[in-house]
Amino acid sequence: MLSSLRTGVQGVWRAASRSIQTSSALQHDSLFVHRDTPEDNPDIPFEFSEANKKRVEALLGIYPEGHKRGAMIPLLDLAQRQAGGWLPISAMHKVAEILKLPRMRVYEVATFYTMFIRRPIGKYHIQVCTTTPCWLRGSDAILKALTEGTQCHVGGNSPCGKFSISEVECLGACVNAPMIQVNDDYYEDLSVDDTKEIIEKLKRDEKPKAGPRSGRFASEPLGGLTSLTEEPTGPGFGLQPGLKA
Amino acid sequence: MLRQPLSRALTLSSPVRAAPLAARPYSAAPPPPEKFEVFIDDKPVQVAPGTTILQAAAQVGVEIPRFCYHERLAVAGNCRMCLVEIEKSPKPAAACAMPVMKGMRIKTNSDLTRKAREGVMEFLLVNHPLDCPICDQGGECDLQDQSMAFGSDRSRFTDIHFSGKRAVEDKDVGPLIKTIMTRCIHCTRCIRFASEVAGVDDFGTTGRGSDMQVGTYVEKMFLSELSGNIIDLCPVGALTSKPYSFAARPWETRRIDSVDVLDPLGSNIVVATRTNEVLRILPRTNEEINEEWLSDKSRFACDGLKRQRLVTPMMKDSRGNLVPVEWEDAMVAAARALRDCPPGKLLAVAGDLADAESLVALKDLVNRLGSENTCTEQYFPLDGAGIDLRSSYLCNTKIANVEDSDFVLLIGTNTRLEAPLLNARIRKAFIHKDTDVAYIGPKVDLTYEYMHVGDSASIVKDLASGSSSHEVLKRLESAQRPVVILGADQLKTPEGPALLAYTQELALRLQDKLQDKNWKVLNVLQRTASQVAALDIGYQPGVGKALADGPQVVYLLGADSGVVSRDQLPKGAVVIYQGHHGDAGAAMADIVLPGAAYTEKRATYVNAEGRAQQTLVAVTPPGKAREDWKILRALSEVIGERLPYDNLDEVRDRLSQISPALVTYGDVQANNYFAQARTLAQSLQKPVSGKLDVKLKQLEDFFMTDTISRASPTMAKCVQAVIKQKQSKY
Repeated sequence: MLSSLRTGVQGVWRAASRSIQTSSALQHDSLFVHRDTPEDNPDIPFEFSEANKKRVEALLGIYPEGHKRGAMIPLLDLAQRQAGGWLPISAMHKVAEILKLPRMRVYEVATFYTMFIRRPIGKYHIQVCTTTPCWLRGSDAILKALTEGTQCHVGGNSPCGKFSISEVECLGACVNAPMIQVNDDYYEDLSVDDTKEIIEKLKRDEKPKAGPRSGRFASEPLGGLTSLTEEPTGPGFGLQPGLKA
Repeated sequence: MLRQPLSRALTLSSPVRAAPLAARPYSAAPPPPEKFEVFIDDKPVQVAPGTTILQAAAQVGVEIPRFCYHERLAVAGNCRMCLVEIEKSPKPAAACAMPVMKGMRIKTNSDLTRKAREGVMEFLLVNHPLDCPICDQGGECDLQDQSMAFGSDRSRFTDIHFSGKRAVEDKDVGPLIKTIMTRCIHCTRCIRFASEVAGVDDFGTTGRGSDMQVGTYVEKMFLSELSGNIIDLCPVGALTSKPYSFAARPWETRRIDSVDVLDPLGSNIVVATRTNEVLRILPRTNEEINEEWLSDKSRFACDGLKRQRLVTPMMKDSRGNLVPVEWEDAMVAAARALRDCPPGKLLAVAGDLADAESLVALKDLVNRLGSENTCTEQYFPLDGAGIDLRSSYLCNTKIANVEDSDFVLLIGTNTRLEAPLLNARIRKAFIHKDTDVAYIGPKVDLTYEYMHVGDSASIVKDLASGSSSHEVLKRLESAQRPVVILGADQLKTPEGPALLAYTQELALRLQDKLQDKNWKVLNVLQRTASQVAALDIGYQPGVGKALADGPQVVYLLGADSGVVSRDQLPKGAVVIYQGHHGDAGAAMADIVLPGAAYTEKRATYVNAEGRAQQTLVAVTPPGKAREDWKILRALSEVIGERLPYDNLDEVRDRLSQISPALVTYGDVQANNYFAQARTLAQSLQKPVSGKLDVKLKQLEDFFMTDTISRASPTMAKCVQAVIKQKQSKY
């Protein structure tokens, strides 16, 4: 986010000499080719657990014969959850085997979607939204608190191996900005102190309270309701008398 | 991405290829729907519904620029170069994917269309490196040509941040294809070729947006016998030929139309030469044979034409070493040996790559010397009708018709490696026409699913007699256009005659019941380019008996497959070898006469369907080597039995005397006499018990099968690379 602002500023500054702007060439932070590593190579076996095998059956059952490949994304997600939040290459191979597809077709899907992570990550994957609404509400400070608290830089893993931080685009909780997502949970309306508390709890493997930290239940106005405050009217409200029973 | 019937959706890309298939009813083609009129640039054209704008435009000769669209591949519609304006449509449409509608008025040269093309071109060039001077595609690059024709004349691209253009890591896909992935414009033609035609689903796109790249994700060689075709398909320089890299520019080369001889199909090729050197071989479109593809061996084995060549006549000296001599000495020595040989003790053997002219010259010469022992290396049973009826040893269905068949039975032939482009046709039928394939023989990967019936020869007997309980028999009998392909290698065994008899019986039984009386069922797939011509001319297939008689003089016409070896010959036998490569034949020879390879002579070859085609002279033979029929003609003069032809036309007159089919270039004569062949073979239907085996099982067996490919370093690298890839975990 910052970088794109910088780009814009530079574009304006350079406007005198050149009237053309380009956006900066943002490259993705992950590779789109596979490299064998000690943690991720096809020699490490991957097998769905017994419980997950049942889920695999159930997922496959949703799709009609001839369209079983539709189950690819659910299966990859299941594999990712089982493998600890990331998707090893052998898990992709397993999914290809189950769906009777060439492995390349699975690689294509796994690399397309950003929610499939193809490198080992920590137990807690912290995704910080830095898109405009969150950024305006102070996501930079949240991000700083996170990186300092976990000793982990964006796109990397913490030295303890417990945390990974990603900077992400809008997660759709703008009304509760700023927010972060830790694995499947949203933590919203954050202050720097809230963020620190979340990290401390996660370090002790306790589960911090998910949801808004501002005392709101969900995304209702912070200072109480401003509309729809009266009792809801019952059925028949506003009906012309002739129609009333 | 693939447009195909639902029933194929499951099976198309499945790596498990030997699963049993459910029976599908054969659906007859529906009557052609009514045509309607559309207007391309105000020119009216009648088209069938479902035609795309691009095809309709092609009908009136308007070529719409394209990158991703290719006639023989599925429509992808992702390059956007073919955008055209349609009247009353708010925005331009992709012509390759847009079906025409009645009365549609398409403007392929309007301002909007031109602007759209220019915009697409600009976007493509933003991420395309400006390295045309060092790019091998330069001069034959679609991007280059189309940016000249349709692009803007100035650039708005300024690298403001000096961050560079998009850069993509190169992939290693084997020793044939060089990848410079930064040049890739993501047309996905290579991906579609790999999954549709080659049947090797290893290419794909990884990542997305500006990070998308075409590749294999993991380090993996493109394990296909048709891999070279993606070089031709690539519209830019992302995939180029590794052996040909930095060798020449297309405008420097001379291109000579010719015919490939490294497999029995006789694919049409273009030989690109410069300074008397074959630089590369490209396919030439021939819808009857190779469409526009070419197998890797035919394409890349051409560097074998420069190595291991026999460039001078040679004779054995007193210590048994071959030493270079003058033509005169070699001729005189050869003539003396031939003249002094008792007629019954003279044996002539023709090899895999012999052309019809030299075959006829050799046969005429040997006959004049009183011997009938002219043989080919490949065996074919002579029992029953033997080689008297041409239909017994040809692919009678014809290659192009195979794609119209509805059931294919392969008997003991790994078509993928023996005739890759025939296999590509079968795969085409399998994918697009719901054709099913059954296969008898050891399990091999044919790139498509097949019913594996087993590997024992008795299955053929049961199918022929109708006593088989296998599902295949039912499918064969219900098929409207069945095809039976028998591998000629199976006929070498003692059970060969019976196997051929049963196959003939089966094929004719099926053929008699067909509604389409012109449909031929029986195919015998020969293994070499010379065999059909040799049998047409009257060579005896196989050397067995003649060799057992203990010949005193053996004349090898390019016979290198090791059928004749020194220890089978009596002591003191003289071996004369005439050919172009120093291989098994030359190694055992006493006298070596250097001949010309297929790129160096104008010669006739007859392919497996019986189609005569001619090669043209692309380069001159190296050193003192000469055209083969001329060597034989000169030798006959020295012997004193002068052959009655002095130029090529007269040799071809002689060929036409033997069989007019040998000189009707490009045509195939329809074969009949199946019934007579069956009658003659009736007595041969003895019980068979053997197992069918194919010689070429794995891809690594494919690359080096004849003298040219054995001499080719590129082919050797391919074998190494395939073996290495097989050890890889991917």
